[in-house]
Amino acid sequence: MQNENLVQISFFNQLMLVHPRKKQNERSEASVQVSEYFVNAEGTGDKVNLSDLLGTVEKTSGASNKTKKQLRNLQSSKETLELPLNKQQTEKIQRGIAYEKTTAEVSCWKNIILQNQKAEQMVFPLNQESSGPKRVEQVVAGWKVQTPLEQEIFRLLHGSRQPVNDPVLTPVEEQSLKAMSLEEAKIRRAELQKARALQSYYEAKAKREKKIKSKKYHKVQNKAKRKDFLKQFDEMVKTNPEGALEELKKMELSRMEERMSLKHQNSGKWAKSKAIMAKYDDSARKAMQEQLQMNKDLTQKMVVPSDDEHESIEEGLETVPDFVNDPETVIDPVNPWMRGQLTHEEPEVSCVTAEEVQTAEEENEEEEIIGEFERKRKLRQADEEDLIPTEEERKKIQEDVSEFNTLFRLMRSEKTREGSNQTRGGLNTAGEEDEEGLLSEGQIRVRSIEDLEVLDEVVEPRAIEEPSAPQTAAAEATSEPPHKKKREINLKEVLTKEAKAVRLPFLPTVVDEEERDEQISIIKEAFAGDDVISDFIKDKSRQEAAGRPAVVDLTLPGWGEWGGVGLKPPRWKRKRFRIKTAPPPPRQDQKLPDVIISEKRTASVASHQVSQLPFPFQNTAQFESSIRTPIGSTWNTQTVVKNMTKPKVVTKLGAIIEPMVKEDFIKSKTTSAGDLVFLSNCPEKINFIIFFCCKP
Amino acid sequence: MKVKVLCRNPDDYVRETTRDIQRVPRNYDPTLHPFEVPREYTRALNATKLERVFAKPFVASLDGHRDGISCITKHAKSLSTIISGACDGEVKVWNLPRQECLRTVQAHEGFVRGICSRFCGTSFFTVGDDKTIKQWNWEAPGYGVREEPINTILGKAVFTGIDHHQREGTFVTCGQTVDIWDEQRSSPIRSFSWGVDSFSCVRYNPVETELLASCASDRSVVLYDTRESAPLRKVIMQLRSNTLCWNPMEAYYFTCANEDYNLYTYDIRHLDVPVTVHMDHVSAVLDVDYSPTGREFVSASFDKTIRIFPKDKGHSREVYHTKRMQHVICVRWSADNKYVLSGSDEMNIRLWKANASEKLGLLSAREKAATHYNKKLIEKFQHHPQVRRIARHRHLPGDILKQKRELREMREARRRKEQNVRKHSKPGSVPLLTEKEKHVVAVVE
Repeated sequence: MQNENLVQISFFNQLMLVHPRKKQNERSEASVQVSEYFVNAEGTGDKVNLSDLLGTVEKTSGASNKTKKQLRNLQSSKETLELPLNKQQTEKIQRGIAYEKTTAEVSCWKNIILQNQKAEQMVFPLNQESSGPKRVEQVVAGWKVQTPLEQEIFRLLHGSRQPVNDPVLTPVEEQSLKAMSLEEAKIRRAELQKARALQSYYEAKAKREKKIKSKKYHKVQNKAKRKDFLKQFDEMVKTNPEGALEELKKMELSRMEERMSLKHQNSGKWAKSKAIMAKYDDSARKAMQEQLQMNKDLTQKMVVPSDDEHESIEEGLETVPDFVNDPETVIDPVNPWMRGQLTHEEPEVSCVTAEEVQTAEEENEEEEIIGEFERKRKLRQADEEDLIPTEEERKKIQEDVSEFNTLFRLMRSEKTREGSNQTRGGLNTAGEEDEEGLLSEGQIRVRSIEDLEVLDEVVEPRAIEEPSAPQTAAAEATSEPPHKKKREINLKEVLTKEAKAVRLPFLPTVVDEEERDEQISIIKEAFAGDDVISDFIKDKSRQEAAGRPAVVDLTLPGWGEWGGVGLKPPRWKRKRFRIKTAPPPPRQDQKLPDVIISEKRTASVASHQVSQLPFPFQNTAQFESSIRTPIGSTWNTQTVVKNMTKPKVVTKLGAIIEPMVKEDFIKSKTTSAGDLVFLSNCPEKINFIIFFCCKP
Repeated sequence: MKVKVLCRNPDDYVRETTRDIQRVPRNYDPTLHPFEVPREYTRALNATKLERVFAKPFVASLDGHRDGISCITKHAKSLSTIISGACDGEVKVWNLPRQECLRTVQAHEGFVRGICSRFCGTSFFTVGDDKTIKQWNWEAPGYGVREEPINTILGKAVFTGIDHHQREGTFVTCGQTVDIWDEQRSSPIRSFSWGVDSFSCVRYNPVETELLASCASDRSVVLYDTRESAPLRKVIMQLRSNTLCWNPMEAYYFTCANEDYNLYTYDIRHLDVPVTVHMDHVSAVLDVDYSPTGREFVSASFDKTIRIFPKDKGHSREVYHTKRMQHVICVRWSADNKYVLSGSDEMNIRLWKANASEKLGLLSAREKAATHYNKKLIEKFQHHPQVRRIARHRHLPGDILKQKRELREMREARRRKEQNVRKHSKPGSVPLLTEKEKHVVAVVE
């Protein structure tokens, strides 16, 4: 309506502007048909104003205020309509809008795709249907509505949230199913069964115990009970004094009964016979004494200890600590961690159902075992390193150091030593070669394992450079001249530091002092001929010297100076032209007097070592830990191995893997919302449907 | 008197059946099993070597065509059936396990340009150089009955490709325009064109089933939505793309095989830069197909090799070739993720294992466990030089190797030149472009 008006008015305006209308004579006689083309504007000249045409609208009562307002606005505006865009531009805009729409739609897959990419294991085909006969409802689900009646019925059915296809159950039914699912029911039944079994077991046990005739058994039992009771009472005193008082009363009562009765006294038949026997039999005498003691105990008045007394008792206890009397826990030299295991607390049993407890326990057990192994492994590694006595700090650092760590350090140091004098281009090409996943393609065809070995030589022709040792000669010169005199080795004299005892976790090293002395003397005797230790020290100092950087002397005689052998260049020259390189990092065996750790890169091992930190890892420690954890069944339990080695993608043999189906993964929210609205609108229709459904 | 007895549960040491292995109680105490890392490393190395020794990917060759294979399609519902079309217009239906041809149809005059199977597996469509679309029944006609198509549509121009909708009775063809057809009608229900007059490939998105993508001769890849009136967007690259394939598990990714020896994976939401550039081929890439798991894809090239790429890696994990295989024109990945089919110029269809060293057939539980363990070991020690060296070694024919080296040199020279230009021009005037950015010319809205 508004648009029409707009068009008309603009048309009019244009007409007025372009063709100034000729003045027409007004006819005065009345006629039935008055042509609009002969309407003349009065007083304003030749142009017809919009207000003239629409003036009547203002006066008519039928027109709404809104239109009037719009018309008024139109009168004031004097713009012409814009030309429509050309085809190319409209299409471009259309494409842009369509693209935005599609991208938005496609983006809803983002979460699913990310989730699948991160998933530890994907099983294909994705939605595996259970094989076997289907329910009628599922078969019917593919059926399409055709006649209007069917359509009507289906609309109603959808409206009432009655399931037509896939979810065969109503929401209510589903909820009820959820409330009591099969699994839960099974669990519950299992619990009940277990409880029943336990009950019957306890009953049987009680019966059995009741039947036991052995006096000794009952005696022991009673004693245990009494002890238990006392313990409980002690606790009660602390926690629940009123209850304790009552208990006390009960005890008093029992004491009185005991005093009144002739039990545990000398008057019984058994006691009399024992009394006769006591003269001859030691055990009988003992039994008698025990009986009397029992009587004494039972008839003694209970004394509630006051606080100060308690304290004094405690003090007394404190003077002699408990563990003094404890038997020394024997630490198995093979299993030094056994003690830790013994003190390991039992997991507290809280008020969970028996089933849960059991499953949890199973899991716990496994985790515990794994955890323990991990701990042990670490301990062992630490132990291996502790074989080398070092300072405390070093120990701490080295606790998690494995062989790889040292190798890494070595490699890094070597790299830095090699310096960065490699050309950029060379580095780049090397990087390209080593890029992840790049196949190294060659003309060698691999047919057997021997071929693989040969591959090695062909592909890696570059030999690993040995760090040159030009200073060795100098080092030898500086080292002491070899001792010619033979003498007996004195350990104290040779080793500057007290050697710590080396703990070997594998063998029990229980050696008596005397034995050790003896051994030392034997060793002394055996090696009386050669001076091993001084040789060793010499060797070590030589190696240390070889590792030290030499001073590079670049001094040359200048103008007007003497040249030749044996001259001492001036001080400033020496200062300026003798270049001292930075000292290398401290040797690993710096503080170990009796060890030489070779920091040389061994070629045979180096070819098996990782020289660069691989991509996803941030630091060497991460990488090492990833390598250190074994995944094989030699070190892990079956389930752990299964978990650790499970493949990322699992496919079923002979199953067609269909592409994803949108309906399975992305729930459309609009339909469910619509259903709800529909439902709220027509409650009476539901009744109808129920009626409809009930009708056969 | 109390008699104390040692009691053992027979479950702990008696095996269930005599065919089981003997139960051996194990002590997992790590002190008893030292040197975990070196031992596992040795195992990993052995596993790697064995993997390479057992890598025999070639399974079978199906011969019978009398001209080069131009297209292959899988049956939608049967793993054992495929169809292939040849350059002489012949279409053959094959049974893979028996490795024999079930049926031969002279479908077209001239090339068979494209074949697609209907989603229900009852019929298939072929397009050819004779400007026709033909629908054929999967069932062979009875003895003595002539092979007749169910339906023939005569088009105005040559069709170069065809693809069928995932769930509905519509299909799409490409030629001079991209046409969407209803199976019941003889004229297209919609045609898309956007300033190009020749398309080489069109594919439906298998997940977002209304989306389409096509490769055009103006070096562009064009996206369409069948619900919209106009195409969505197109990306123009430096050289023409031959074919493309959508990822069946990730709705917005597709990979196109380009004339410039590379493959490009695009995210349709960000067309200006490809997500990954896959390079390894030494000649134009002619066909590409995703594995049904969406994790990898296989590409066929004019350089007589097939390569398998992980979807997010820039280089291939596997290369297949034989002496007799010529230019590979089409390639498909089987629907159970186990095999790859390739059709080449020299009239043979070849069946390859998707995983070269995989053992075929049913595996016992222990075999399965062992393979999983070995795979994991190789993965764990993949960064160790010996393992990596052996795992990555592939044999290549001499000429391809030579071409590869040549290409590398060329690339290096180009890089050097660019560097020099940059060095000698005003700073900032020669921008540093990544490999991904280099190949896209423009994105047209």
